[in-house]
Amino acid sequence: MTVQKNQLKTFPKGGVHPAENKLSAGSPIKILPLPDRVIIPVVQHLGAPAEPVVQKGDTVVAGQLLAKSKGFVSANIHSSVSGKIFRIEARFDASGYKRLSFVINRHEDEWDPAIDRSDTLHEKITVSREEIIRKIQEAGIVGMGGATFPTHIKLNVPKGKKADILIINGVECEPFLTADHRLMLEKSKELMVGIHLLMKALEVDKAVIGIEQNKPDAIALLNGLAEKSPGITVQALKVKYPQGGEKQLIKAITGREVPSGALPVDVGAVVHNVGTTLAAYEAVQKNKPLMERIVTVTGKSLQDPSNFLVRIGTPVAEVIEAAGGLPDDTGKVVLGGPMMGKAVSKLDIPVTKGTSGILIIPDSEAHRMPVQPCIRCAKCVSVCPMGLEPYLLMLLGQHQLWDKARQERALDCIECGSCSFVCPADRPLLDYIRLDKMRIGALIRKEKKAVS
Amino acid sequence: MNKLLTVSLSPHVHGKDSTSRLMTGVVIALLPAWAVSVYFFGWAALYLPVLSVVFCMIFEFLIQKYMLKKASSLKDGSAVVTGLLLAFTLPSNLPIWILAIGALIAIGVGKMSFGGLGTNPFNPALVGRVFLFISFPVQLTSWPVPKGFHTSLTDAVTGATPLGMLKEGMRSGEQVSTLLKNVPDHMQMFLGYMGGSMGEVAAAALLLGFLYLLWKKIITWHIPVTILTTVFLFSGLLWLINPANNADPVFHLLTGGVMLGSIFMATDYVTSPMTPKGMIIYAIGIGLLTVIIRRWGAYPEGVQFAILIMNAFVPLINMYVKPKRFGEVKKNG
Ligand code: SF4
Ligand code: SF4
Repeated sequence: MTVQKNQLKTFPKGGVHPAENKLSAGSPIKILPLPDRVIIPVVQHLGAPAEPVVQKGDTVVAGQLLAKSKGFVSANIHSSVSGKIFRIEARFDASGYKRLSFVINRHEDEWDPAIDRSDTLHEKITVSREEIIRKIQEAGIVGMGGATFPTHIKLNVPKGKKADILIINGVECEPFLTADHRLMLEKSKELMVGIHLLMKALEVDKAVIGIEQNKPDAIALLNGLAEKSPGITVQALKVKYPQGGEKQLIKAITGREVPSGALPVDVGAVVHNVGTTLAAYEAVQKNKPLMERIVTVTGKSLQDPSNFLVRIGTPVAEVIEAAGGLPDDTGKVVLGGPMMGKAVSKLDIPVTKGTSGILIIPDSEAHRMPVQPCIRCAKCVSVCPMGLEPYLLMLLGQHQLWDKARQERALDCIECGSCSFVCPADRPLLDYIRLDKMRIGALIRKEKKAVS
Repeated sequence: MNKLLTVSLSPHVHGKDSTSRLMTGVVIALLPAWAVSVYFFGWAALYLPVLSVVFCMIFEFLIQKYMLKKASSLKDGSAVVTGLLLAFTLPSNLPIWILAIGALIAIGVGKMSFGGLGTNPFNPALVGRVFLFISFPVQLTSWPVPKGFHTSLTDAVTGATPLGMLKEGMRSGEQVSTLLKNVPDHMQMFLGYMGGSMGEVAAAALLLGFLYLLWKKIITWHIPVTILTTVFLFSGLLWLINPANNADPVFHLLTGGVMLGSIFMATDYVTSPMTPKGMIIYAIGIGLLTVIIRRWGAYPEGVQFAILIMNAFVPLINMYVKPKRFGEVKKNG
């Protein structure tokens, strides 16, 4: 089936077109040589840190539980290698903060025997809906597109609400990143089983895989498989950032608009990333916890932009080494994509569950330009996919008018960065909007306290 | 491996737009109109705009350096645009000293007194132009008749603009329809063959500039198209009601500063609204006021006043006209 242009869907307002730079799109997933030491933080997800269940000096195998989820929003943490726990101590992670982490010295590569390491495809789904969710929860799966929200929570639709459509996010609208693209090409059959599992867990009979038009091979391949899978379709999407933003994707595919402050499930939709879906397949059909992921390592000066299957906890430096090493002109290293990723100051920090890419930016492009006065060109307003006025939110932030910023709906900002990207005066709009959001958050907490 | 890495918040890439790039785009878009002007009005139309730009830049530099004691912002190119636009609204036989005063007012009062680029409520070029118009009405309304390169400043024949003839005639009680027989026909006006300000005469060249601005995404269609449509419809309505006493709508579109004003002045980023809806409200206001001033006001041309008046409403428009927020819908709506 060919995909015609007029079938392309997209979100209606705003968006930008950063240079795609998908340098590693043609590079098949390679297995990264095993690291000698891994650093596994107890929090790699949105929510409460997990609680350690092993001790310093313990010997562990790959796939063994290291820390148990604690509280409602949290996720289990497993060992990604076999070896000895050398230390349990606070270590820097991508956030720039120190987090309690397991430092494990690897020895050989022994896996938990319960894990099915074979390549055999298990298509038949024999487990119940509850069992699927339980297994996904046990496996410590979180949103692998970068949001790292625990997956099992999104699968437990709250009482009184009903999901009717599952959306699989294969958009990968961030420039440079190709991990999801490669995954769709190389793990397509597993992905389809994963989708069926999630559909069963959510009790929906409809799933749509959203993919940007710049990945025609993935669209064609999954289309072919979807034709044989009742209920699953592929939707080609226009190349426009942030097409993969949850709310934008739901709007593009279903036409439904998630109300401000509400959840996707309030409009009957649940979105999962393709990486998450594959992890769900492996957890349910192969008993494999989330202990490795696909990471794009890329950059204009990098010798070998690649996609690697990386064990969680591998130091970022080793992944870069495998792609030809850190180029001499490196100015910045970003975990994630250039629009929403996080710049890091050290390379001994670990790859975690949410690390979709490692982007190396040459020094010549690593610095911001001097800030100039706002010329009120309205470009930030016209690109904002949430219909906000970034110039105004920044102004309110500068004048510390948090109440006003709240009225102007600063909290709706999805931090996509389109406004800062487009501003001809190089104004750090999103920096100030983040500040707005932080201060408004503090205000809200104070209000809640006053009430209770 | 002990490199010092830059750490900053996302996004880590930036689009290719910059203030100076956008301003350069505006200058390029003005070139066709400038060329036509030189063709019709001769050398004066070449060097007066250049002088205007130089004056604007010098005043901006001096004011920033000695009065505001701020770093110079000449590089952003906005003074160049102001200088060109100011000159474009003036006749080509204007004495240079008057031009210099106009540049001083445009930059000093129109822009710097409010804090410089981005903070001025009124279009600086128009502030300069209107000041000159009020202070030097004679010099500002003696228009050389288009001739070409062989015109020198001194022996240029001056005559009235089509709009001026219209106003004069109406005052003396003549019928508009008779008057219009004496003005250039529509095609001549479209190409710019008429008396008028340097950059205003050639609608065709200005429209070419408009296409360029749209192509380069420097401006959107909302303001110019809405102004032109409003002027056309409103003047057309008056004409239909009483063709003997009103000029036809095409005449209104092709004469005076409507083209230059709607494409290049009303769209000035700083002094126009931030949302498409706001832009349309603002542009309808400009269109209506333009025709009202032309028809019933004291001056033959109204577009400059119309823009300045609507400039004053922009803060209000921005306060009340908000973009459509995502998620501003009823649940499951
Ligand atoms: S894009 Fe930049 S210069 Fe333009 S209005 Fe927004 S903040 Fe101002
Ligand atoms: S305000 Fe927020 S949502 Fe809007 S463009 Fe900027 S970062 Fe994106």
